[in-house]
Amino acid sequence: MKTILRKARAVLLPLLLVGGCTTAQAATLNIFACEPEWGALAQELGGDNVDVFTATTALQDPHHIQARPSLIAKMRKADLLICTGAGLESGWLPLLLRQSGNSKVQPGKPGYFEATRYVETLDKPQSVDRSHGDVHPGGNPHIQTSPHNISKVAAALLPLLQQLDADNSAAYQQRADDFSQRWQAAMQRWETKAAPLRGVAVVVHHRSWSYLQQWLGLKEVATLEPKPGVPASAGHLAEVLQQLDAQPARMIIRAAYQDGRADEWLADKTGLPAIALPFTVGGSEQAQDLFSLYDDTISRLLDGLAP
Amino acid sequence: MSVSRTGILPCCALLSLSAILPAPLWAADAANAFNPAIGLILNGTLGHFSREPDDYAIAGLPLGGESEPGSQGFALGESELNISANIDPDWFGAITVALGDETEVENAYVQTSPAEGLTFRGGRFFSGIGYLNEQHAHTWDFADTALAYRALLGTQYKDDGVQLRWLAPTELYTEVGAEWFNGSAYPAGGSASKGQGAWSVFVHSGGDIGQSSSWRAGLSYLNANADARESGDEDNPDLFSGSSKVAIADFVWKWSPGGNAYNRSVKVQGEYLLSKNDGDFIPAGGSELPYSATPKGWYLQTIYQFAHGWRAGVRHDQLDAGQNDATFAGSVLDAQNHTPQRNSLMLDYSNSEFSRLRLQYNRDESQPQIDHQWLLQYTMSLGAHGAHRF
Repeated sequence: MKTILRKARAVLLPLLLVGGCTTAQAATLNIFACEPEWGALAQELGGDNVDVFTATTALQDPHHIQARPSLIAKMRKADLLICTGAGLESGWLPLLLRQSGNSKVQPGKPGYFEATRYVETLDKPQSVDRSHGDVHPGGNPHIQTSPHNISKVAAALLPLLQQLDADNSAAYQQRADDFSQRWQAAMQRWETKAAPLRGVAVVVHHRSWSYLQQWLGLKEVATLEPKPGVPASAGHLAEVLQQLDAQPARMIIRAAYQDGRADEWLADKTGLPAIALPFTVGGSEQAQDLFSLYDDTISRLLDGLAP
Repeated sequence: MSVSRTGILPCCALLSLSAILPAPLWAADAANAFNPAIGLILNGTLGHFSREPDDYAIAGLPLGGESEPGSQGFALGESELNISANIDPDWFGAITVALGDETEVENAYVQTSPAEGLTFRGGRFFSGIGYLNEQHAHTWDFADTALAYRALLGTQYKDDGVQLRWLAPTELYTEVGAEWFNGSAYPAGGSASKGQGAWSVFVHSGGDIGQSSSWRAGLSYLNANADARESGDEDNPDLFSGSSKVAIADFVWKWSPGGNAYNRSVKVQGEYLLSKNDGDFIPAGGSELPYSATPKGWYLQTIYQFAHGWRAGVRHDQLDAGQNDATFAGSVLDAQNHTPQRNSLMLDYSNSEFSRLRLQYNRDESQPQIDHQWLLQYTMSLGAHGAHRF
């Protein structure tokens, strides 16, 4: 009996110590961000008061992620979950939430934050039917392609951070004010710089850019995917090619994670530049934070415009 | 000017903003918004078996549960209806009904919302042992399950009972679980010990290796008591009373370039099952024989996604009846000095993540005579978005 107890202690004590250490370190707010843009925003607003884990990279399709063990383990320790919502993560987030064993981040709790709930989503379908492809009842989820949306999400996120980590409330406010000032200035700079893009016709790979188009006044004339999430087929590409005769475009744009073969094919046929935009933080070498994300996006678009 | 602004603002904003939580711009508020998530799985097969599937047996091992290899010709597989929803802030509930020529409740359970890593579940559900056991048939990478599962777990061990899982707050994913069951389903049977005849424990661990690879491994143990457990022919079954213990080691490893599985991915998966049976076996129409055996089995499979929507797979299965006792000669327990094994090839195409067509070939040597099996299968899901399980 004694030896069993001793053995149990030998096993349990280190476990308890590990547990103790992790809680001692958890003075910072643990944030689980579903996509890189929200990880970057949380870092902007939280600074040293937050520890941000980003579940996906810019080179992964956020629709198609699996509920991997590593993600479950990360969510177990999260104080706050920041995701896009609008069905973008519906294949994996509910499963992660159920398996995470973490009550703080369940839907309905303050630790559960869906960014799309704080912006007006575009492309909301009139009817929802899978024969239309991968449509989202809540509207187009790719809201991070407009900096105005980033502002709105930041404004919604600030009071939440302050509520969850009241001790550092003033620090969040200060960082948010600072971010907001820099962001407003950057937006003016981007809008001036991007003026030549107004009215420019583009072919898009997937409907990833609705918010960017609205912001900069780009005009979407065709999509390479015949329906959202359905890969481009030879037949559909031929149609797009014909359509471009009647309604010319200036460039073909896609997100960094998207397969560029159809884009390159069309570029080859039409002589239009096929451009991979970072889409989110980390999607190109230059796009290292939210500011450089838009800097790089706009300079790539302008490069596409140059003859 | 700006200095004084940032100097004053924090306190005022703190008072006003921290009291008000952001209000969503939109929220579902229709009367039917409380309706649960409903999903339906449709599947069917066209099968060709060179040996009659009704006579299917594995040399030296009794077969219980739903262990037929398939049906000859056109057949509607089980359609599955899933309904799930949060019940209240603390409970989640789900039911899966298999609709075939007979209707069967596959899963029906309630589960507490998680707290401190603990999740409690009660009702009927697939046990958390092994890797394949918890997966519904429509998510399998082959049209049929591993031979070891067919022989030692009656295809899939599910029963009525309770489960407690705990996820450790560690960097490395580590989950432990324990279950206590009625003991009515194979390899248990007859609801021994007043309907508390089986229990299990399991531990799963997993993580990522860089951006591109991830893995999960597990160890499980099932202790099942059998009281006149039926196997073999439904109308004229063999009976077993005694204990049946199963230990399982499982692993799965997945790879995709940069973690983007859109065009290319690899999945390698294998499990080893070891069973220990002690008790008395009564072959149909025969007399009681002492049966003590340690059957084991394993499988190893690889799935390669070579283009968007297209996957190819290979699988090897092998079993060992764990005894070669002459007293069983002529009965189902006669191992015939044969090593049951099977080799399978699979090709499937998914038009979207909701539909799949699959062609599979098995060279099945469950018995000394080879059975060539061909299966053409469709699996489609409609309604609520299915989960991307690891």
